[in-house]
Amino acid sequence: MNEGSKKTIKTLCFAILGMFTFSFALVPLYNVFCEVTGLNGKIELRATSNKDIEIDNGRDISIQFVSHNNEEMPWAFKPSEDNIQVKTGKYHTATFYVKNTTNKRMVAQAIPSVAPSNAAAHLKKLECFCFEKQELAPGEEALLPVRLIFDDELPSSINSVVLSYTIFDVTDYNDIEFAQHDSEHHANHEMEPSI
Amino acid sequence: MSAVIESHGHDDHHHGPAKGLTRWLYTTNHKDIGSLYLWFSFAMFLIGGAMAMVIRAELFQPGMQIVEPEFYNQMLTLHGLIMVFGAVMPAFVGLANWLVPMMVGAPDMALPRMNNLSFWILPFAFFILLSSLFMEGGAPNFGWTFYAPLSTTYAPPSVTFFIFAVHIMGASSIMGSINVIVTIMNMRAPGMTLMKMPLFVWSWLITAYLLIAVMPVLAGAVTMMLMDIHFGTSFFNAAGGGDPVLFQHIFWFFGHPEVYIMILPAFGIASHIIETFSRKQLFGYASMVWAMASIAILSFVVWAHHMFTVGLPLAAELFFMWATMLIAVPTGVKVFNWVTTMFKGSISYETPMLFAIAFVVLFTIGGFSGLMLAITPADFQYHDTYFVVAHFHYVLVPGSIFSIMAAVYYWIPKWTGNMYDERLGKLHFWLSFIGVNVTFFPQHWIGLAGMPRRVPDYALQFADWNMISSVGAFLFGASQILFMYIVLKTVMGGKKATPQVWEGSRGLEWTVESPAPYHTFTTPPKVN
Repeated sequence: MNEGSKKTIKTLCFAILGMFTFSFALVPLYNVFCEVTGLNGKIELRATSNKDIEIDNGRDISIQFVSHNNEEMPWAFKPSEDNIQVKTGKYHTATFYVKNTTNKRMVAQAIPSVAPSNAAAHLKKLECFCFEKQELAPGEEALLPVRLIFDDELPSSINSVVLSYTIFDVTDYNDIEFAQHDSEHHANHEMEPSI
Repeated sequence: MSAVIESHGHDDHHHGPAKGLTRWLYTTNHKDIGSLYLWFSFAMFLIGGAMAMVIRAELFQPGMQIVEPEFYNQMLTLHGLIMVFGAVMPAFVGLANWLVPMMVGAPDMALPRMNNLSFWILPFAFFILLSSLFMEGGAPNFGWTFYAPLSTTYAPPSVTFFIFAVHIMGASSIMGSINVIVTIMNMRAPGMTLMKMPLFVWSWLITAYLLIAVMPVLAGAVTMMLMDIHFGTSFFNAAGGGDPVLFQHIFWFFGHPEVYIMILPAFGIASHIIETFSRKQLFGYASMVWAMASIAILSFVVWAHHMFTVGLPLAAELFFMWATMLIAVPTGVKVFNWVTTMFKGSISYETPMLFAIAFVVLFTIGGFSGLMLAITPADFQYHDTYFVVAHFHYVLVPGSIFSIMAAVYYWIPKWTGNMYDERLGKLHFWLSFIGVNVTFFPQHWIGLAGMPRRVPDYALQFADWNMISSVGAFLFGASQILFMYIVLKTVMGGKKATPQVWEGSRGLEWTVESPAPYHTFTTPPKVN
């Protein structure tokens, strides 16, 4: 085999390894891309610290709440109200009802998503049950709060926003914390159920 | 002393193929390996075709008659996987093996042992894939696109075998493409510059680069699936922070170049055949090369047109719509060149020419329905309907498959030294042509009327066209038995072919005897 062939083979092998690596690099690239552009309706999982966000003469926005259970997550999970009217620049609190319908202690994590996705960057939360894991004893129920605000930069074409939460069973990922928490207290939610 | 050396040298130069089964097992000869690929591909074509017959038999009437829905899904999945990875791709690799060294005046492929390996791992890959039919939980049932989480969280246990089968197929394709590229880049006869290469060689050079670029991405995608299923990662599992939509992005980043991998060599074949039987030089050689290169490059920036309905932002939908439509320009250039080559030519209609003309016409129809699907707002209506099925079958069956059949009829006199039976060849063409159109044209209409794809049962208003479609499919399927008979008959004997075979054929492969000797161009020819 001549030198030219050897060189071509070497180049091609590098290209193949490079593309295999690239396929895995697509995973972080995709996440960074979605975060930077706000695509995919992903919103920050931490509280806002911006105090200048409140204004007086905001416009009306309708929020629809949607709840999903991931796969076979058995908890009962639904918004207290399906639909609320809010004003931009004003804080509102909404609640979600949740109940552990099983006979074993479970831990859940809720993940939010916003549609249309370009509203996601303008939805800020002062507090949200999605910021931390929720732990419920067998049969225990709770009302989980979310305190949110739309900033005034919300595109004027948006009058209605869907805020969706999917609740995931993360019990298996919490075995260690479990042993510590078990004797101390139950769930760490702020409001006790009113029903 | 000198006599001994001479006789030794004599042996080396004129030894033919080894005898018996081990000839095929150990062969490093590009012609043997080409034949192996082609026969393997034909076997897979019949198996995948039999599965299509099961699908069309079930869809012959509304309601469930023949198979369970679970088994129907397995047939659907395996039909797609086998036709793409087992029939079309190996057939093109087989043609490349036979033709590329002869066309560029090289004695063999650059890496003959790897060539042997890249073929012989394929039967194992498909043995693994097909054996999953007999496993607990059945064969893969998630469609050939194997979207997560259907192929991860909800997959049958046999998915692991599917993953390894795909790994092996990918390795085979990658080795095949390395061989093709190294051969073309380094072993051309003196005087054969890149822009003097036959178009089939050009089409395969571009295809091989596409394969090098995207097969590793496919391997990455199935590796991530494997890790999600067995090692607790969450690449595509939302519960662990992953994203199922990411799977679709990665899959189609591979998948769209993949569909051009299955059509670019067909462009090369059609160019040769149309120029031969028009008895004219091909119109626009350079523009053909540039068109193929542009199509290949554009194929990397259009993948999300398969995902218009996943909730892309408007800017992305517009970008992918326009980028997709842009591909119609180089494709239009090619169709224009083929038609212009035929214009005022002294055309004769031998079987390869019939298949090539049908290729141009029917592939163009498939291209037009592709343009319809590219229109984002319209795609929301067409998405996952039979219209999509009609579209991709039009570009793959009378596109890729017809071009492969055309190539077999065109070059088989060179391979076997015998002319095929022209009367039977034409019969095969007309049966296939009618069969393919009766099968797939009505699927446009039932798709536009709203029949979803991948269903074993359907609403009553689709009954008539489905029945007609099934009749067409049975006709097309049966006519491939005739194809097998014609090929076998030609291998056994027939009218002897001249070296040039066709009146208008040109190129290095037509300068050697028919059948082509076991070793050709051991001393490189001179190209002007």
